[in-house]
Amino acid sequence: MEKHILLRDLDVPNIRDLAVYSQHEGYAAWKKAVTGMKPDEVITVVKDSGLRGRGGAGFPAGVKWSFIPKDVFPKYVTVNCDESEPGTFKDHHLIRHNPHQVIEGTALCAYAIGANVAYIYCRGEFREPAYELQKAIDDAYAAGLLGKNLFGSNYSLDIYVHLGAGAYICGEESALLESLEGKIGQPRLKPPFPAVSGLYSKPTVINNVETLANVPPIVLNGSAWYKQWGTEKSPGVKLFSVCGHVKNPGNYELPLGKYSIQELLEMAGGSMTGRPIKAVLPAGSSSPIIPASNFHAKLDYEAMAAIGSVLGSCSWIFMDDSVDMVWAARKMIRFFKHESCGKCTPCREGTHWALSVYDKLLSGKGTIEDVNLIGEVNKQIIGKCFCPLGEFATSSMTFTLKHFKQDYVDFIDQKKGGSDVYLKELARDHHLHELHSGVVSVNGIKVH
Amino acid sequence: MLKDKYKDRIAAIFAKYPPERKRSAVMPLLDIAQEEYGYCTEEAMREVAELCGIDPTEVKSVVGFYTMYYEKKVGKYVIDVCDDLPCVLRGADKFVNYCEQKLGIKAGETTPDGKITLNVVMCLAACDRAPMCQVNTAYHYDLTPDKFDKLVIELKKG
Repeated sequence: MEKHILLRDLDVPNIRDLAVYSQHEGYAAWKKAVTGMKPDEVITVVKDSGLRGRGGAGFPAGVKWSFIPKDVFPKYVTVNCDESEPGTFKDHHLIRHNPHQVIEGTALCAYAIGANVAYIYCRGEFREPAYELQKAIDDAYAAGLLGKNLFGSNYSLDIYVHLGAGAYICGEESALLESLEGKIGQPRLKPPFPAVSGLYSKPTVINNVETLANVPPIVLNGSAWYKQWGTEKSPGVKLFSVCGHVKNPGNYELPLGKYSIQELLEMAGGSMTGRPIKAVLPAGSSSPIIPASNFHAKLDYEAMAAIGSVLGSCSWIFMDDSVDMVWAARKMIRFFKHESCGKCTPCREGTHWALSVYDKLLSGKGTIEDVNLIGEVNKQIIGKCFCPLGEFATSSMTFTLKHFKQDYVDFIDQKKGGSDVYLKELARDHHLHELHSGVVSVNGIKVH
Repeated sequence: MLKDKYKDRIAAIFAKYPPERKRSAVMPLLDIAQEEYGYCTEEAMREVAELCGIDPTEVKSVVGFYTMYYEKKVGKYVIDVCDDLPCVLRGADKFVNYCEQKLGIKAGETTPDGKITLNVVMCLAACDRAPMCQVNTAYHYDLTPDKFDKLVIELKKG
């Protein structure tokens, strides 16, 4: 692409500063909307652009906005900046290096749905980026871009930053709302959906940071302009966080549907280790793994579905052929076990037992029956949880088993478990678990 | 008392939420409490509960749920090294081994002088620059044993 639409900091130095952002069409869409467009016109242009949610689910943003009832007040916008999926680091980049575009997108969303308050929910670890984002918001207030009676109109808008405190589940929209209400981040049963009953039981739009960063250029330049990139069903550009065994990890902004997985790998410099790439997780730990034999697939929502995977949040973790999929799956299930909010028994207990099975395999005591047991545990989780975390947890197991069953068989046959490296890893995890769960040792016997 | 010492900050926090939704302030207030006391003490949780008009048990449930709230005393500096899948692919496991060896403690423990707690944590959304860690609020990227040595020297000074 000639110029970036989202990663504009790569083209324009210091675009994080309001003065520089303003010189480069910054807040032009905002002024255009508030002074010359009806809220419905903003919704229409976003709907026509075909922009889909960039947080993972891919739901059309404009359609989501149109669900907000007109006659209920107040309404809210909440921005999901709880980016925690292993492999994802795109929103981190945007709020740090191009914060005003996120703020402007948030403002446009608020105007479109008739909200006067928006909250940007940042994961707690993003403390420093959140301070910088707050500074950018302060600058926007000082310049009269936020606050009361904007551009001489009757429309007023306040944007606040709210920090979480470490919980992956708060990236799930209803858990995020619970957290923002000062509670533990456990998902709500849907319906009602947030558009009807969201923050403080009021109509609420929740969008990902990247989704909203797309909105200012769409409102400024129109939906046809945006649709010059991407495919009919996956229009526009997308950020690809690329990491793992690649030479040049980082964020890449690409039109959807233009390039293949193989081309993405080449853009990122190819294998870092010189060894062949074995597989990739396209949307972090929660996504179905893709073996190298499918790297011909194009990067859009439909093509990824066609090869049995997802585009999701686009966090591409490439792994070379030294990676044992039994180990990788354990690493992922460890994550989900840690992050399960505990609300639904199948997820809370299922991830615990699944990790126990993998621990047994890594410790060298596993048998092929244990491998079969993994599938059984999965069956008890799939379709039995409130939110997608349970399904996500099973995906690491289901799809490593589907595509790399031989790794599991070899793991048992060749007695790969019980190596010094694996035992050290298990010992560390168990030590931490005991510290965190308050287990103490009394005369060598562990008690809670 | 937090409410006297941090009067202005607390007022600014409450101003962000509807007046009848004081509970939304529980997490930002716990941040202040942790800043003040080093961890979420029983007294701090009671103070936060009173400010938000909720039960101390409800505050405690929040403290227990979110990983960034400490229920026990921790080091002046907490080094959180990410050892999730993407980071380990880029050497985070060996890096954690080095940190443990350098500090003479295991992950999860605090140095005897009370200065440094070493933790391994789940994804910190900086996978492209692994091995990486967070020291209190600040991220440190592209870490090597040499960089870690320098970091520890700085922390021990402070």
